[in-house]
Amino acid sequence: MELILLLFIFTLSVFLGFELISKVPSQLHTPLMSGSNAISGITIVGAIIATGGTDNSMFATALGFAALVLATINVVGGYLVTDRMLAMFKKKGDK
Amino acid sequence: MNPQIINIAYIVSAVIFILGIKMLGKAETARKGNILSSVGMLVAVVFTLFDHKILDATDKITWAILAGGLLLGALAGWIAAKKVKMTSMPEMVALLNGFGGLASLLVAWAEYHYDGVANIAVGGFSKFAIISTILIGGVTFTGSAYAWAKLSGKLSGKPAIYAGQKAVNAAIALLALASSAAFTVVGDYQVGYEMMAAAIVLSLVLGIVAVMPIGGGDMPVVISLLNSLSGLAACAAGFVIQNNVLIVAGSLVGASGVILTVIMCKSMNRTLSNVLFSGFGSAAGGSKNKVEGEMKAISADDAYYILEAAQSVVFIPGYGMAVAQAQHAVKELAEILENNGAEVAFAIHPVAGRMPGHMNVLLAEADVPYEQLKEMEEANKILENADVAIVIGANDVVNPAAAEDKGSPIYGMPIIEAFKAKTVLALKRGKGAGFSGLENGLFFRPNTRMIYGDAKATINELVSKFKDA
Repeated sequence: MELILLLFIFTLSVFLGFELISKVPSQLHTPLMSGSNAISGITIVGAIIATGGTDNSMFATALGFAALVLATINVVGGYLVTDRMLAMFKKKGDK
Repeated sequence: MNPQIINIAYIVSAVIFILGIKMLGKAETARKGNILSSVGMLVAVVFTLFDHKILDATDKITWAILAGGLLLGALAGWIAAKKVKMTSMPEMVALLNGFGGLASLLVAWAEYHYDGVANIAVGGFSKFAIISTILIGGVTFTGSAYAWAKLSGKLSGKPAIYAGQKAVNAAIALLALASSAAFTVVGDYQVGYEMMAAAIVLSLVLGIVAVMPIGGGDMPVVISLLNSLSGLAACAAGFVIQNNVLIVAGSLVGASGVILTVIMCKSMNRTLSNVLFSGFGSAAGGSKNKVEGEMKAISADDAYYILEAAQSVVFIPGYGMAVAQAQHAVKELAEILENNGAEVAFAIHPVAGRMPGHMNVLLAEADVPYEQLKEMEEANKILENADVAIVIGANDVVNPAAAEDKGSPIYGMPIIEAFKAKTVLALKRGKGAGFSGLENGLFFRPNTRMIYGDAKATINELVSKFKDA
């Protein structure tokens, strides 16, 4: 049952994603890409669980730690760089 | 903490992501949307730290490791985001994609390893999820790393092709799938571990060989596809640890990446498989139709007189503008022309540059007001009545062969119709062909004048001529 539920969520989210993003102006293509890239860093949640929940296996903790560092770079770098880009998109006269 | 509360927090975080990504799609709300989605991420991270498994680990070492990892990653990400130049944005996005993919791979590996140590039986579906995460994450990682190397100039942007490449790639892909299937069905943990190790190695190799034959000009497609894959990897990792928020966020990213990929392919009038497998741009001079005429070079002096008299000027930037870092100089020239009484517009082709929206980002950095940035269709209308079109380091996206030469490999690709302007000034480094290896008929037209040299230097020269006058 649990499994079916997860698949159900997955299917709905994919459809939702297509609906949400189908009409984005080309102006925003790069920020959309780097912003959604930061969201894909959500794997950070998995990395935290893999690091913190594997206390009797050093090797698993080490793998989790590496994942944690990489995912955090992905998240923090992704959001900041997107914000930097979006801050540049101004209308004429805006200062 | 009660797992129910953590799950509710995950729902909240998923809702925030959905709203954030929706706002990210509109110019007025984009910046807020991005900030909102980062709040969603924070919620997910904070509540995960309260996960019961982790609170059970009361030893201080675990907490120190977690804090260390978060701080280290945050610091590195922060420095990278602050230091990166806008012209290097495609590399940066590729690199971050790769990190996300590798992180998902490591999460799946750690799960399987831990299950063995803790003597937890791994079910068939869990195994399927683990190996899917590893395959997608591995391809995303090395594919992105290879794209990064190409984009940053550490490797040649030209497609790397050799005889039998397709067969070799297909064999590697099949082996990766076979070891994954074996991993999923085999009962023995140790044998499974070996199969997983094989799948890891093969997926890493596959990422490299898959991106190898794809040339620099097709990078907008590759980057958006890798973006989609990094989302799918996170989504698959969500099935591994049975976590809703990973599944929702990951599939949203997967879907948005697919949409961008499709837009990019359409803008080149090519199919995805053509982009991925054809080694486009490796065969130089593929067209049978010889281009007639000769290229006429002029000096910046003569160009100044043409621009001085122009009432309407359209800039058409391409990857060459990014390479020359000429966006600020271009903006300065545009401003001078406006003060001189000309209407100024920028014509942006969807695949100009190396990632979706590349030109928009560079021109925004130079403070060009976005009302002046015109999408292809509108730009072509303006060009019909334009006095001067200035092509800055763009080539295939203005090649009239796409509209006229049925034998041309780029036939059918929508282009910016620079040739319609009364005069075309083409700024170009040298006489070579474009990314596709095609001669560009535009440069041979009677109304086209070439200005050779570094684009930034040329434009600066024009600017100083206006200032002296």
